[in-house]
Amino acid sequence: MTSVAIIDYKLCNLDSIARAVEECGGKPIVTQDPRDLGHVDRVILPGVGSFGAAMTNLRAAGFDKALPDAVLGEKLPLLGICLGMQLLAERGTEHGDHAGLGLLQGTVTKLEPRPNGGNSAPTERVPHIGWNDVTPMGCSPLWDGLTPGTDFYFVHSYRLESPHAEILGTTECCGTTVASAGRDNIMAVQFHPEKSQVAGFRLLKNFLAF
Amino acid sequence: MLKHRVMPTLLFKEVGLVKGVGYDSWRRVGAAMQAVKVYNMRQVDELVFLDIGATPNGVAPDFHQIDELADECFMPMTVGGGVRSVEDIRNLLAVGADKVAINTAAVADPALISRGAELFGVQCITVSIDIRRQPNGMTEVMTHCGKQATGLDAVVWAMEAERRGAGEILLGSVDRDGTMSGYDIEAIRAVTAAVGIPVIASGGAGNYRHMAEALSKGGADAVAAASIFHFTEMTPREAKLHIKAAGLPVRI
Repeated sequence: MTSVAIIDYKLCNLDSIARAVEECGGKPIVTQDPRDLGHVDRVILPGVGSFGAAMTNLRAAGFDKALPDAVLGEKLPLLGICLGMQLLAERGTEHGDHAGLGLLQGTVTKLEPRPNGGNSAPTERVPHIGWNDVTPMGCSPLWDGLTPGTDFYFVHSYRLESPHAEILGTTECCGTTVASAGRDNIMAVQFHPEKSQVAGFRLLKNFLAF
Repeated sequence: MLKHRVMPTLLFKEVGLVKGVGYDSWRRVGAAMQAVKVYNMRQVDELVFLDIGATPNGVAPDFHQIDELADECFMPMTVGGGVRSVEDIRNLLAVGADKVAINTAAVADPALISRGAELFGVQCITVSIDIRRQPNGMTEVMTHCGKQATGLDAVVWAMEAERRGAGEILLGSVDRDGTMSGYDIEAIRAVTAAVGIPVIASGGAGNYRHMAEALSKGGADAVAAASIFHFTEMTPREAKLHIKAAGLPVRI
């Protein structure tokens, strides 16, 4: 059985992710101990919380060193979810300027609604909360068996601005927004696969099978 | 394109699920776990879960009960009722809530909204606002499960909640609750026009047309409903087919 470390930095909904991994046939190991990364098959960096608070907690536990070592050195497959995707970036701008883990390129910035243009069309609202369709880009194994345009559940007010080469999928909110990014064994999604029902479970199974 | 959500509301009180009229006259409508499993199977967009006994009884949310329900709930879940502190928010997120709804405690201590938003991000702080129309025309904010008047105007309070870091507003109407006579479109419109965060309309849905109106005329992002899903044959999926036919984006 594929063992999956789920990093607990004391801010997020670990239960949902652990339960989803279980349902997808993996063995979740919720951990606050970086040493656990040495004996698992996969790692998930989950995500609810704000960028600065999350980085402070990750640093305090030693994951700021251990995670890049495992992912870059040992090529441990990593899935970042929501804030967990944003934390992989170089910088975050939520409540101040913070250094991220630097595993993916780019900066995390606030979603800014586009001007309404004076017409009667509904204004975009931030946070981006709800189901939105994702257009895959490139050929990531994450999308195996998923139809382009499948809806996933989003809940966020910041987004990762990735260079083109690292974008794995996009969605339309405040313009085109990165829904998934990654390279090699590093994968990340802005939406919540653990809450996205059939499609989300398919994506998690794809990650377990990577 | 972002889809409008149709959200069944589950109200629980001392273990069982209930539904009332005007935030009163509660009727038992079944077991919470059974409802969660059915909605899970039906792949609904999101669930609203409110423990309506917690605040009036002065007790904390029932974390154990919510944990058990969340373990079977593979869909987004907004949880509220009795949330009074940052620790309550942290515990609800830990057991599986995606968003935490704060009502009475946010009015009593608006700084709780900012503290929650700073720690956990604005996107998981939902401020729940219950309103009652007063004879003088005011749309007044009510707390303690619709029982206590606050003197606050709904639009003024919604704007303050947003400024302090609320990520979403769950707007309920004590007058319309359980009546199935339609949402308070005028109040919804007033709030959606005043804030830039998503608004979930709640209270009064009696048919699918009411839902489409709350979205198109009220400007709501999402609609929540309880009675029509508990007491009639109507379903979230049928609701979305109707809303889609009205030209609004939904996930089918």
